[in-house]
Amino acid sequence: MTSPTSTTVTGAPGADGRAADTPRAVAGRGAPGHTGSRASRVLGILALGSIALLVLYGLVWSPADAEMADSVRLMYIHVPAASFMYAGCFITTIASAMWLRRRTPGWDALAGASAEVALVFTAITLGTGSLWGRPTWGTYWTWDARLTSTALLATLLVGYLALRRLDVDPTARSTRAAVLGLLLVPNVIIVNRSVEWWRSLHQRSTLVKLDPTIEGQMLVALMVGFLAIGLVFTWLLVHRFRVAWLEYQSERLDLDLALAERRAEAGHPTDVEAPA
Amino acid sequence: MWRDAALVAGRDLRVELRSRVTTNQVAPFSLLVLVLFAFALDPDRQLLERLASGLYWTAVLFAALLAISRSAAIDETDGVRDALRLSGLDPAGVFVGKAAAVAVVLLALELLLGVGVVVLYGVELAGAGLVVVAGLAATVAVAATGTLYGALVSGLRVRETLLPLLLLPVLAPVLIGATRAFEAALAGVPADGWPWCGLLAGLAVLYAVAGALAYGTLLEGS
Repeated sequence: MTSPTSTTVTGAPGADGRAADTPRAVAGRGAPGHTGSRASRVLGILALGSIALLVLYGLVWSPADAEMADSVRLMYIHVPAASFMYAGCFITTIASAMWLRRRTPGWDALAGASAEVALVFTAITLGTGSLWGRPTWGTYWTWDARLTSTALLATLLVGYLALRRLDVDPTARSTRAAVLGLLLVPNVIIVNRSVEWWRSLHQRSTLVKLDPTIEGQMLVALMVGFLAIGLVFTWLLVHRFRVAWLEYQSERLDLDLALAERRAEAGHPTDVEAPA
Repeated sequence: MWRDAALVAGRDLRVELRSRVTTNQVAPFSLLVLVLFAFALDPDRQLLERLASGLYWTAVLFAALLAISRSAAIDETDGVRDALRLSGLDPAGVFVGKAAAVAVVLLALELLLGVGVVVLYGVELAGAGLVVVAGLAATVAVAATGTLYGALVSGLRVRETLLPLLLLPVLAPVLIGATRAFEAALAGVPADGWPWCGLLAGLAVLYAVAGALAYGTLLEGS
């Protein structure tokens, strides 16, 4: 492993010009300098291919619904997106628990990456849901149990990510984020149940129950939807995780550089040895 | 643990009593919220009376945010966190003590707001048993959740803006449960309200246990 700091220190304090070197410097420390890899490129191509397949199945090959006509096609995105929204929350909670056990930065990065991707899918769920609601129920929004609890889930995720974005000591931030992430799934379940209970006392659930006997091309289209959305979810998660990992590495590197510079200023060039 | 809790609760309440922030600022603010609701909605008393339970608990939540923020702020100054860490007090005890102090402050505010709702909105009290039990359960739930989330944001520059964002979605079930229970009590059908009391009690226990378990990690880790 080469030590990139030894060359940088000679040029100190003009460290500005070195900023562009950071990714490569990070790469020198055993981490990838970019977020792509052969596996993730294959994954990306598969995701693109499955999206093309989903477009064909969803828009061309599957029939329109007898009641909901063409708006039923939103289901092929909406339902898988909602499922992966919950999957993202579960990954965040599990990764947070693992971080509290192991204290290794990878789990922290995974928890954050997963929450971000989950928020994207929550937005997709809410967006497609309200577009679907307009022709089906005649309104973009109703105070239905599932809609309301999904909206609250979005605010829980936004809060979690807001805490992660704070510019404070990384370890303290990770600890707090992990406790918050650990509470995420329990909170989602509690909010979901109580809102369900609240609405069921007042009015019947207005959500049209999905026909349990989805058949033929529609079922195939839904399965393709799960495949495509799942691949996109995984691809986003992998890349977001790698970005978070690089951020972590560069934070450490900045600290090492600053330490090395201060030592150089103090006139102890022999001390310039970046801690591994 | 309980002795530590009593110590911490006593300290928080003494600070609160001497600084008079709750009596001089939070309490008037919460009454002001009740008045603002009347401005925002029709001052028609029937409407206010019908909505009284929901408005009451919304006002309680706003007041609770201030009380919880205060409680978190006590530990921020003069290295109190370090002192707590070094004191050898049981972290679970510290959590229980802080939550208990918040609960006492909240109960006082709720009593005041209750009088306010009766006087300003013309609510007729009914179903006292259910009101008291639901009120207590909801208070413990809010205090426990709030103390846990207060610790999450304690010491951050953005504490005051981040706390509502993190806390209010989590407290939504408490708001729902407490409002339904009060509505049932005021409408004279307490049987409808007791299941909501169960929900509130369950939430109170759940968040109290979660907070007692997590507080040590939060105290050490930041």
